[in-house]
This record gives sequence, C-alpha cells and structure tokens, in this order.
Amino acid sequence: MIGFTGPALLVFVLFVFVPIGYAVVLSLFNGTPTSPIRDFVGFQNFTEIFTTGRGETLGQPWFWHAVRNNFLIAVMSLLIQGPIAIGVALLLNRKMRFRGFFRLMIFVPYVLSEVITGVIFSLMLSPQGAVNDWLTRLGFEQFANFQWLMDTSAAPADAGMFAILGSRTFWAVFAILTWKYVGLAIILFLAGLSGVPEELNEAAAIDGATWWQTQRKITIPLLGPTIRIWAFLSLIGSFQLFDMVWILTGQQPGRTGMHTMATFMVDQGMNRNRVGYGSAIAIVLFVITLIVALLYQRFILSRDIGKES
Amino acid sequence: MKTKIRAGGMVAMAATVALVAAACGGGDNGNGGSADGNGVEITWWHNGTGEPLLGFWEDVAQEFEDKNPGVTINIQAFQNEELRNTVLPNAFAGGNAPDLFQSWGGGELAQWVEDGIVKDLSDVASDTIDAIGTPATAWQVDGKTYGLPYTFGPAGFWVNTDLWEKAGLDTTNFPTTWDELFAAWSTLKDAGITPVAVGGLDGWPAAHWWYHTAVSTVSPETFEKAMSTGDFSDPAWEKTGENLQTILDANAFNDGWQATSAQQGAASSAGMVALGQAASELMGVWNGGVMGGIYNEANGLDENSQELQENHLGWFPFPAFANGEGDGRILGGGDGFSVHADAPAETVDFLKYILSEDVQRRYVALGNSPALASLGAEIEDPAQAAAQKALANASGVQLWLDTAFGPAVANPMNDAIVQFMQGNGTPQQVVDAISNSWAG
Repeated sequence: MIGFTGPALLVFVLFVFVPIGYAVVLSLFNGTPTSPIRDFVGFQNFTEIFTTGRGETLGQPWFWHAVRNNFLIAVMSLLIQGPIAIGVALLLNRKMRFRGFFRLMIFVPYVLSEVITGVIFSLMLSPQGAVNDWLTRLGFEQFANFQWLMDTSAAPADAGMFAILGSRTFWAVFAILTWKYVGLAIILFLAGLSGVPEELNEAAAIDGATWWQTQRKITIPLLGPTIRIWAFLSLIGSFQLFDMVWILTGQQPGRTGMHTMATFMVDQGMNRNRVGYGSAIAIVLFVITLIVALLYQRFILSRDIGKES
Repeated sequence: MKTKIRAGGMVAMAATVALVAAACGGGDNGNGGSADGNGVEITWWHNGTGEPLLGFWEDVAQEFEDKNPGVTINIQAFQNEELRNTVLPNAFAGGNAPDLFQSWGGGELAQWVEDGIVKDLSDVASDTIDAIGTPATAWQVDGKTYGLPYTFGPAGFWVNTDLWEKAGLDTTNFPTTWDELFAAWSTLKDAGITPVAVGGLDGWPAAHWWYHTAVSTVSPETFEKAMSTGDFSDPAWEKTGENLQTILDANAFNDGWQATSAQQGAASSAGMVALGQAASELMGVWNGGVMGGIYNEANGLDENSQELQENHLGWFPFPAFANGEGDGRILGGGDGFSVHADAPAETVDFLKYILSEDVQRRYVALGNSPALASLGAEIEDPAQAAAQKALANASGVQLWLDTAFGPAVANPMNDAIVQFMQGNGTPQQVVDAISNSWAG
C-alpha cells in the first residue's frame, strides 16, 4: 500500500507539511526577508496579534479588522448571493428560448481570472474611469467622482468596528465578487435542480399547488445538499480572499480598512519586511479556517453524508 | 488500518522535521563564476524593463563582453517593485542571488550589509566613488561604499509649459516662494486648469509631499538625530504636518488624486501632465522619461523621441518654507547597483565600466540624469538641466525618506501620511506612526 501512496505522500509532505512547519519556525523569530531566521522572540508575534500590539497607529490596522472583513464577506455572500443564485436558477430551470445562451452569459465572469477581473474593474472605477463617465453622461453627476476604491472613511483605528459597512469600497468589492461568483452558484444549483424528479412537480400540480408553492415545499428542500455544499465552498472562498482585494485597492488595502486576513499577512510579511509576524498571521489564519471548516462539516455537512451511507 | 495511518504520519513528521532543519541550515550559495579566467559568468538583474533602457543595458553588457573575452553576462530585467519586494529578497534568502543587482541605498542597503550580502567597494572602486562624489553617500553604510548610483538627481515640480503659458504665467521665471506658487496655482485654477497632479494610489507620490516639507522644515541636525536614534520628539516634525496643511488648503490637486496611479498610462498623474490635463507634478528625476514614454505613445512618436522633454517641460525646485530650518538642502535620490559578496572579481570591473564617462554620457543622451557630477553641464533638455543646477546649488541632499528609513518604517509612514493628507489624522499622528514603527 505504501508503494502506491508513496509519491502522493511525498508531494503532500513537501508542499503541505514542510511549509507549515517552516511557517511555525519563522513565526518564533523577528526575521527579515533576506534572513528570515534571526532574533528569536518566542510567542511575541502571536501576542501582537491577540492584543492591539503596536497596531493602533494610523495606517497600521489591527489584525481583527481583517478577520471582521472576512466574516462579513462570508456572511453576506450566504445571505445575498445565495438567494440571488437560487432565484435565477429556478427561473432558468424552466423551458425557455435561449436558455443555453443565458446560462453561458452567467457563467462567463467565473471563467475570467481573478486578476484580470480586478484590473478591469480597477480601471473602470478609477477617478477618470468608465463608471464615473457613464454616471455623468446619464445625468447622475452627484454620484460620480467618488473614490470608489479609495474610500478611506473606515480606515482610521477609531472609526469603529462596523464603519466598514458605510464604506463605498467595501460595497464595490462585494458587488464585484458577487458578479464574479454568483455564476458558479447558479450552475451548481441548476445541476442540483436537474436531480429533482419531474414526477414530484407533476404530482404537486395535480394536487393544485401553485408554481411558487411547488418551489418552496418541494424543489428548494430537495436542493438542500447542493446549497450546503455551495455554502461551504463560498465560506472557504471568503476566507481565502486575496487577489481581488489586493488588486482593486492598488495593493494598499490598509488605507481603506479593506484588509482581509490574507492581504494583511502578505502586507506585513512582504511589504513591511516582518516575516515572523506574517508567518504568525498565516498560522492563525490556518487555525481559524480549519476550525470553521471542521465545525461546518461536523454540524451541517454531516447531515448529507449520513443520508447517503 | 489504524496502525498504517500512524506509520504514515510518523514518516511525514520525521520528514517534516528533517526538511525544516535542512531549510534552516541551507544558507551558503553556489553562485559566482569559476576563478580560472575562462568562462566567468556574471548574472545581472536590473529594473530597466522598458526601452530605451533595456536595449541600452544590453549594449553595455555586450561591449564589456567584447573587451573581456571569456566573460559572459546574463541579464534579467524585472519591474522595479517586483524586483525590490519579492524577487531579490527571495533570491537572497534562497541562496541563488545574482552577482550584480539593483540597489536603492539607505536603510534597505544597511540591512543587506548586516546580512553580509553585498561587497564593500570602498577600495576596489575608489576612483569611481571619488568621481561620483556626493550622490555616492546614499550607498554608504558606516563610511564604506556598498553600491554605486548610475543616475541621481533631486525631485521637484515638473511643469507642462504649454499649460503654464496658456494661463498667462511666465515659464522663464518659475515661483521661488510659497506665496508666488500659491498665486500661480490660483491663476491656473481661474484658467480652468488643474494646477497639480498627484498619483496618490501608489502612496509614495503623495508621501513625497511630506518628505519635501520635512526637508524644508526640519534642521539637518534634528534629521541626523532622528535617523540615528529614532527620536522624533522635536516639535519641527509636527510642524512639518502643519506646513503641509497650508499646501493642502490651497486645494490645487486633481480630483480623486487619492485613487490616481502615478506612472501607468494616460490616466496616471504623469500622463495627466504629459498630455496636458494638469499643469505640474512633484516627482523625481526619472519623471521626464516616464512622461516622455506616455507622450510618445499617445502621439504615435518613435520611442526614443525627446519631443516632450525638449520642448514642453519645465522644472523648478520645491520652495522653502519661511518658518523652516531646512538650511537649503534638497530631497533627492537615484538608482544604483550593488555587487554580491561572492561575485567574481570581474563584476566590479563591469560596474566600473557602467559608470565610465563614455557609458554615462550615452546614458545622459537618452534623457536621464547622470551620477557623475562632471557631466551635469552636458545635459540638453531644459528640465533635467534645471534639476542638475538645483542639485549643484543645494547645500546637501536628503535621500528619499522611505529609502533612508528602510522598509519597516517606510510603509507605515507612507500610509500615515496619505491618511493625514486625506483628512484622517493629525500632524502628530504621522510622527507617532513613524516613531512607533522605528521602535519596532
């Protein structure tokens, strides 16, 4: 057996265990990129994460603001993208002309690379960009000229934990993420809907149920397993969010209070030369994601797994 | 089944420990050519990704190869930020560093010196160091030289002279005091012209406004004290922010400057000045080339054309504050190269060749500022000539503060300055951000 698992095990050890182990080692030092292992500091880097440390200065946001952003985006993805996707999937599941075309158009944004999407939108939302131009031409000048991707109102340390919900940048980023990822959810739900037996709908129709009643009482409950899998993917995706925020904010998420855990890690570890602190953040990020994933599997996904076996 | 998994886990753990130990131990590198004369290879990493610089460096390397049979120079060009933040640090940490590479001086170089990465050039290149003079001091740590600049100059206001004249202003006599400059800005605004473009998205172009103000407001002695001890308690540091506020109150920046990029394309701050959408920009010596590139592309001109630089650009230095103690110093900087500690001896000869008068003269002909002071008088384009004149008249040069202070201070400092300029923060909070990250 070891003969077959050997190569896979080696790859797994090399590319998963070793980096994690190395990050643990680095997190105990106050190293620089050119000499990462120097100045042993013990758990001081972790202390800095869990207290405000030296974070309470302008422009150096607190790690927990990044965690808040990740959780906000995760929750809002579930609450906003989920219903949109289910609604569109239900509509597209009916027989209609150009159904294939609609499905294609909805899936196209998901196929684009995240970096390309980020660059396109950062150009469109720049001060001299297309969005402001359209708004002006359509007579909505009062909405134009905003710093869509540089709204700094939520950045100061004293701005309050939920000031980010008033930030234009936050909503712009969330809208772009929705545009990009709602297509995947719709396609997943359409696949799930194709597994709902037609006889059930016919039986409901004979009993006199309206279309909406059929969807609510029969289709959506049967879609449950698909929804739970999508929610899991969405949750993990929200926690890993990096590229889009990094590019849209010109690699300076801190200035708008838009850091995610991953951008905060890269910003501290690479741009501020604090390799040890960055590694400590990487470990905390790993643990948080692991806990959320395990809890989700234990309490939500287990229902589906139990049903099948 | 259970025991097998456990055995696999043990193997994984053991391998992890072994490999981590190996990763920690691996510090020595195998670069550098053979010392026996034939077959010396020099690896050279620079930031000249765009023409004409890319081709120029290739020519220089080719010439050196022709003159020194057996020497091969392998060139790789990287985008500046990528090279500085990712490529070089990874190469240093991984032990496959190049022999000759871009180096920006200041705090970053001091770190490299501490890590034993760069070669001391003080003795082997003493003639060249003497020929460069003052600019070389930015590449010195504790009196020893660890790199040589090939371009150097001060930052100042780059002016689109067409717009300046359109507003009825004099292009032969630029403002020398803040009152005169404020008056010029309001004249421009009355003519419907944006006086100043700022590429605030990148952070540092906005932060440079604070640097200039600091160099003019804070005395050289206070600067020296802060840089050696991290003591920023002198009231002049807070006054820097107050002086900057008077500039911000003049309201001369382009709309949305916070989200405008600095050097990429027509919509950037450099593009706005080059293409006549803003009258001026506060920027370093390289700006002539950046704007020239954007201008040539927009107008379909040859990439080597000097049309914009020679006929449409002016330059004047940042005016001093009347209440400042700056003592006539000027903010500036340049680009240089350092030699790796393990590089073959020929690398130093090659660096000296790059800084020979002949190569420098041809470099200047491409519209750049020289590092050799002796060539200052040979510059033809008016903006670069004005900048070199200002450099010659200055009492001293202060290296860009982000470079001088090193990356651990630079990013928090730039963030805090931009926040302040956007109206989120006080002058004292900027100073606190700097001294807090200094304390580390």
